Amino acid sequence: MCLAIPGKILETTGQDSNDDMHLAVVDVMGVRRKVDLSLLIDDLPVAGDWVLIHVGFAMSKISQEQAQDTLRILDTLGESDAAFEEVQGYGLGEAPS
Amino acid sequence: MSMRFVDEFREPELITRTADEIRRLADPDRQYRFMEVCGGHTHSIYRFGLKDLLPANIDLVHGPGCPVCVLPMGRIDDGLSIGEQPATAFTAFGDMMRVPGTRGTPLEFKARGMDVRIVYSPADALRLAQKHPSTHVMFFAIGFETTAPSTAITLMRARSLGLKNFSVFSNHVTIIPAIRAILDSPDMRIDGFIGPGHVSTVIGCRPYEWIAKNENKPIVVAGFEPLDILQSILMLLRQLRAGESKVENQYKRVVPWDGNRAALKAMAEVFELRPYFEWRGLGFISQSALRIREAWAAWDAERIFPVPGVRVTDPKAAQCGEVLKGVLKPAQCKLFGKECTPERPVGALMVSNEGSCAAYYHYEHRKTYQNQAALTQVSAV
Repeated sequence: MCLAIPGKILETTGQDSNDDMHLAVVDVMGVRRKVDLSLLIDDLPVAGDWVLIHVGFAMSKISQEQAQDTLRILDTLGESDAAFEEVQGYGLGEAPS
Repeated sequence: MSMRFVDEFREPELITRTADEIRRLADPDRQYRFMEVCGGHTHSIYRFGLKDLLPANIDLVHGPGCPVCVLPMGRIDDGLSIGEQPATAFTAFGDMMRVPGTRGTPLEFKARGMDVRIVYSPADALRLAQKHPSTHVMFFAIGFETTAPSTAITLMRARSLGLKNFSVFSNHVTIIPAIRAILDSPDMRIDGFIGPGHVSTVIGCRPYEWIAKNENKPIVVAGFEPLDILQSILMLLRQLRAGESKVENQYKRVVPWDGNRAALKAMAEVFELRPYFEWRGLGFISQSALRIREAWAAWDAERIFPVPGVRVTDPKAAQCGEVLKGVLKPAQCKLFGKECTPERPVGALMVSNEGSCAAYYHYEHRKTYQNQAALTQVSAV
């Protein structure tokens, strides 16, 4: 649960008219997922930005270098599988590929 | 110097230089005890064998920053009894599924027929509720300030959607009162703190200032790489050496000094502090946990359902409190590795991978065991 997983924003879907939700399609460990951007509302990321994702929500913007470092450390901590499982599990809906 | 994992380090020379500098700065005539607050740091420290890189007089004490570990068993019982209500689903993160209540783990309840589902995000629990309008979906929320904002946003959404079949059982806790409880305890012996990384992305660095100012203890917010942790230890030593105590941010590349305003705002809107909350291993700590505000009562599982308010005291023999405060090492507890193992945890710190006892068991204890096994084989030959 305390994992923070880096992902790259592919596109932002903007504000959903129904439910005030800021979503983005994000490439997380090679999987396309929808991630909630509500916690970054003060400085919304755009396509190409990297974010740290925690329980389906983007927590902070990070650099590409930092993203790669984090992926590597997940790997050496033996947590890549857990992270991948978490990413697979995000049920916000598989984005159309 | 043993360099067990040094080949895996990204910048081996920098690691070696930092370790040498730590050695140079550490006063050989004194003992240093630094607490890493966050369970993620504990995991990193054991995984990379960082203790092997430190001089013997620097001790790392594993703090309370593992939300699964500090959750009292009674809260699990309470959550499961909500799940037993008719047409109700119990949802929680995967970490919770093997955590025992007095009547079993959530997974065991599932095997007995209860509707128990793993979710990876509170938003998924909400989505389940939207998909199954005739089932009440209860989300068993745990976590520090890293996770609480996501729960808050999810509750806001539930309200704006007018969802009637969704609720949250909040077990969110806050890190500062736990640090205060550790500092207030009479047998506390900590010289400085390695501050949590991801909690600080939300709360920033200011909430730690009293530790430096009033308690005269240095604190360095740290990243999770081996080099981050070693650099933080070096920064703590430099402060102690200069007779200073201040808050420093080693993890600037991720942690803003003022934290995440949007996340703090969402938390404040949905949650308020409980007068007190029980922590496994630390006892009752005032204003240390978050409950849902009255405006969100319709989505608060504690108000919707009868909650038994179960209290379960940990077995007396388990010495989790002493380990949490750094008075004992995991292996010094009478139950460690015998009655209490990751497969059958008795105490809080053996429950999750990020608990210090479980981390110690997985890396150190096993290593010792394997060494012994190897020696036995050698002598057999």
